[in-house]
Amino acid sequence: MSDIQTNISGRDAPHADTTFGEVILRTEGLTKHYGGVHALIDCNFEIRKGEHVAIMGDNGAGKSTFVRQITAVEKRTSGKVWFNGQYVDFDGPLEAREAGIETVFQTLALADHLDVPDNLFLGREKVLFNLGPFSILDYKGMREATLAGLKKTGVKIPNISNTIQNMSGGQRQCVAIARTATFHSKLTIMDEPTAALGVQETAQVENIIRTLKEQGEPLILISHNMRQVMDLCDRIVVWRRGRICANLRKEETDGQDVVAYITGAKTQAEYADAA
Amino acid sequence: MAQSQTTHGVGGLTFDASKRHRPPELNVFFALILLVAVFEALGWLLMGDSFLFNTRPNATSIFNTARLTIIILQVSIVGIIALGVTQVIILGGIDLSSGSIVGATAMIAMSFAQVSLVNGQPNPKMMLPEGWQDLPMIVPVLVGICCGVFAGLINGFLIAYTRIPPFIATLGMMVTARGVAKWWSKGEPISFPTEGYAAIGKGMTPVFIFIALAILFHLILRYTVYGKHTYAIGSNEAAARMSGIKVDRHKVMVYTIAAVLASIAAIVLSSKNLTAQAGMGTMYELDAIAMTVIGGVSLSGGRGSILGTVLGALIFGVIISGFTFLKLDAYYQEMVKGAIIVGAVVLDQWRQRRAASRT
Repeated sequence: MSDIQTNISGRDAPHADTTFGEVILRTEGLTKHYGGVHALIDCNFEIRKGEHVAIMGDNGAGKSTFVRQITAVEKRTSGKVWFNGQYVDFDGPLEAREAGIETVFQTLALADHLDVPDNLFLGREKVLFNLGPFSILDYKGMREATLAGLKKTGVKIPNISNTIQNMSGGQRQCVAIARTATFHSKLTIMDEPTAALGVQETAQVENIIRTLKEQGEPLILISHNMRQVMDLCDRIVVWRRGRICANLRKEETDGQDVVAYITGAKTQAEYADAA
Repeated sequence: MAQSQTTHGVGGLTFDASKRHRPPELNVFFALILLVAVFEALGWLLMGDSFLFNTRPNATSIFNTARLTIIILQVSIVGIIALGVTQVIILGGIDLSSGSIVGATAMIAMSFAQVSLVNGQPNPKMMLPEGWQDLPMIVPVLVGICCGVFAGLINGFLIAYTRIPPFIATLGMMVTARGVAKWWSKGEPISFPTEGYAAIGKGMTPVFIFIALAILFHLILRYTVYGKHTYAIGSNEAAARMSGIKVDRHKVMVYTIAAVLASIAAIVLSSKNLTAQAGMGTMYELDAIAMTVIGGVSLSGGRGSILGTVLGALIFGVIISGFTFLKLDAYYQEMVKGAIIVGAVVLDQWRQRRAASRT
């Protein structure tokens, strides 16, 4: 474990916006192979405290694969990751969460037959007595923390004792997002959080993201929604065929420009190998 | 009708507390009551006697306590196995090996429970060398539990780390453990246990053991991290992994606990029968699965409870006892048991489709 400033090669990720705080997450040469498939190739990425960065790209570009590597859902093939100033090689998603990386996965990662508090605290339950795997659950504590988490995000769930299978798509999404808000995260990652939502529910999720911005919490947002990205994020990183092909500040680009990078019509000079 | 508790939620969705679903255990309980009522009616119609009540003139109790005792006694041993099978099925797995583990454990444990002298003569059926007889009761019990731990660890490791489907892994264990049971004494029964060992299965002790274990595992599944993770893995294994639950380790633990419960059933059974035979526990795995499914545990995982399984076991006992009471052949019992199992699974599938269509 050593300080980020002394361990990485010294170069800033291209177009990094230094108007924000310190670097919270940085990857260098992050690569993931599934057998012969190179899903993620040599990705150098960084995000600073308070910054909201969008990740865009076509389906199969490597966006979700990138998230799975930094959250340790999968073991990376090669590359280095620094989080909050320290080199990290998490042993699993729980370690990543304990370090402060909260993720809303595309699949939501909710257990259908469990209720809201059970899902919010899945894998890190509050306990009354620690007896290893047979530790006694603190239901009251988890319920109170759930209500506080829902209040913080402004999410309204009619009955938190209801199981996830009896909820609408929007409610499920809100539960998944509330899970990130219940714990004091240092970085939030949302993988297509509004992909399956209606207009009103999307607005609610976007409000939650704005709340995070006001609170100065950094966010990585994976989205296909150009309006949303332009509205909510400070920077856009475009992925193509497993590589980063553009790193754009919002005020220096527009929707058409971003689409050109996504489709491969354009590639920034420093990412020429991604073409 | 006015909604008793309506709250506006996301997208204007509302929640009506009065439309909450009944716990599935309540449905199983109603089924049990209905079944008893049917046998009571058939009893008066066909036999001119009551199934549930004591109709003798000098009766000291309103209920037929002898029949009720038999009902619970005859399901208590398979019921102990069903407590483990319940956890495995909630986890999203299946265990076909429990019956054979009963056979193997009974043989091995009984070998350590033998007396040296029978009617003043040396025990003619001694399995182990001299000096290994007349051991304290705790020795065969611990040996039996160790058998369960060993078999359960193999099941768990095969399923969790080699990713063999649970059906195949436990099928392999089912055949292997039965082979061990036959090989252990070359097919000979093992008899003459010590008084201490024989006391385990005497009278109503099997029922007390069943009830104590049922309460213990009900509390564990309901109030501990172990229980919560078991439900979570059965409900959505990928989500459980992403949430940081050590899914593979947990699977090993659940299959080991299930095998230990099967070995406890073997100890009780061999003690009750005062003998162990290689064929002991044959088909018990299917009876245990049937009790579990009848008790409302979903074969697709994530749902069910120990309470449901206990009620399922009682339904099982009532069917067997009811058919004996009506003097119907055992063949009919098997047929009806089969039909009830299929019916319970069909009902579960229907419930799941209905739940899916509501969202």
